[in-house]
Amino acid sequence: MKKLINDPDDVVDEMLDGMTAAYPDRLRRLPDTQVLVRDDAPVDGKVALVTGGGSGHEPTHAGYIGDGMLDGAAAGDVFSSPTADEFEELIGACDAGDGVLAIIKNYEGDVMNFETAIELAEMEGVEVESVVVNDDVAVEDSLYTSGRRGVCGTILVHKAAGAKAAQGAELSEVKRVAEKVIDNVGTMGTALTSCVTPEKGEPTFDLGDDEIELGIGIHGEPGTERTELMSADEITDALTEAVLDDLDLDEGQEVLTIVNGMGGTPQMELFVVNRRLQELLGERGLETWDAWVGDYMTSLDMMGASVTVCAVDDELKELLGAPADTPALTQTR
Amino acid sequence: MSGETRTDGGAADDASDGDAVVAAVEAVADRIEGERDHLTDLDSAIGDADHGGNMARGWAAAAEAARDLDDPDPQTVCKTVGKTLMAEVGGASGPLFGGSLVFASAELDGGVTPESAVAFAETYLEKVEDRGDARVGDQTMVDALTPAVHTFKKSIETDELPPLEALAKAVDAAERGVAFTVPIRAKKGRASYLGWRSVGHQDPGATSALFILEELLAVAADRLDAEVPDVDATSPTIPDEGAAESDDATPPDPEDG
Repeated sequence: MKKLINDPDDVVDEMLDGMTAAYPDRLRRLPDTQVLVRDDAPVDGKVALVTGGGSGHEPTHAGYIGDGMLDGAAAGDVFSSPTADEFEELIGACDAGDGVLAIIKNYEGDVMNFETAIELAEMEGVEVESVVVNDDVAVEDSLYTSGRRGVCGTILVHKAAGAKAAQGAELSEVKRVAEKVIDNVGTMGTALTSCVTPEKGEPTFDLGDDEIELGIGIHGEPGTERTELMSADEITDALTEAVLDDLDLDEGQEVLTIVNGMGGTPQMELFVVNRRLQELLGERGLETWDAWVGDYMTSLDMMGASVTVCAVDDELKELLGAPADTPALTQTR
Repeated sequence: MSGETRTDGGAADDASDGDAVVAAVEAVADRIEGERDHLTDLDSAIGDADHGGNMARGWAAAAEAARDLDDPDPQTVCKTVGKTLMAEVGGASGPLFGGSLVFASAELDGGVTPESAVAFAETYLEKVEDRGDARVGDQTMVDALTPAVHTFKKSIETDELPPLEALAKAVDAAERGVAFTVPIRAKKGRASYLGWRSVGHQDPGATSALFILEELLAVAADRLDAEVPDVDATSPTIPDEGAAESDDATPPDPEDG
């Protein structure tokens, strides 16, 4: 498969340099690491929000560094957790003395490396709390995870907790808000094609021309079911119904929705999905407060999409609707 | 941390113990490199076939980092090696093998004594258990470490054996632990996703842990200019053919009342 790369070994390094070159006044790379932080980190008078994970999910996570969202993010190699020492540097560089909230997607390597880093940072006197995001309703236990996987709902955790931190709230409050999002969000995705990693250069999994994988993970991990290609409406119904079954919302509940592209899906198709998603939510008596459509958490060049639904109350509406100014997400309200 | 004045054990002893630890790290690096393909084979049966390569790369870097230290004490060597493993091994093995070593190194603050070695071993095991959320019987490195640490502690504290003999017993116990991983089902790590298909496979992490302990023993014996004690006759015994059946994992211990 063709790739627009130099050497597979250099992809992450060169991507990070390209990002700081694109946003020189916003992003800074810590020397000899794969960690990006806000140019002005550590930011005084604010709980710092940090996260990280394997590369290949751009704009996740570094794209969400900036006012109202993250203070920094560690990038691992493609689909591999950052190492504990990089997480430790990230925490150290972002802590301004008001504590740090680590947002971890539920993958075994991410959790173990982040937890090790947190314990080391605590020995240095940094106050650190963490939350683990597990919004993927598709499968319990999969290739890289015990329990449910953390996927696109993580962006809403960045957003709400980031807004809370920007208000000057203390660490326990920022953590409470992050957990509130985690408790109220669900996601399920589908793949029309496999992703192709730079290293392997060929599809990670075999999917026939007329097949799709429902419940796909963001690394191409198996989902719940492999079926024949269906129409956009049928796929949207399958994903959304699985999410709604899991969330079990009351009629009249307000929600924020995300139709997320997996990296290789035309926007045209994402909007087609969103059309049916909103129709279905209306049929179920749910009220859409806000609808996001775009590539938020990708899987390299995979064709496919995920549907995220998050139940919102007044507090979450205020925080999710608050201003944010980051490379990948800008909101003015 | 390494610059603090010690209240016991002279600087010379510390430096010499530090040298011994560096030698042990180098021996482990050589051993893991030699076993790279073996470890990869074990991992490819139940995991993603990267354990041998990751560990070999990590330990080679750790040996280099340890050699570069100037007159280090044992704590500094262990901390440096742990940090290097954390950075170079990656995945879950980085925090498990390396992170645990960083935390356990704090127990060697006053130098290496039989007591501090027991505390070091206990902390290491505790960190591995906590981080991996694993216990004996999950088909992980905990299955090798638990019998090793328990045997070492009892040999030092209850039986008051010479440290070298205690370590030899610990290695023997670890070997039994590795054998125990074969007939049981994986509950943690990548292998756990195989469910019942993990039964019958030797855990690569437990195997690495055994190799590390074997090299520690060899270097310790070498430093003391002693033979590695033969402990087979006195260690807790499980009939060879019955290893798989010993589910309660309680070694017979005639001395405990």
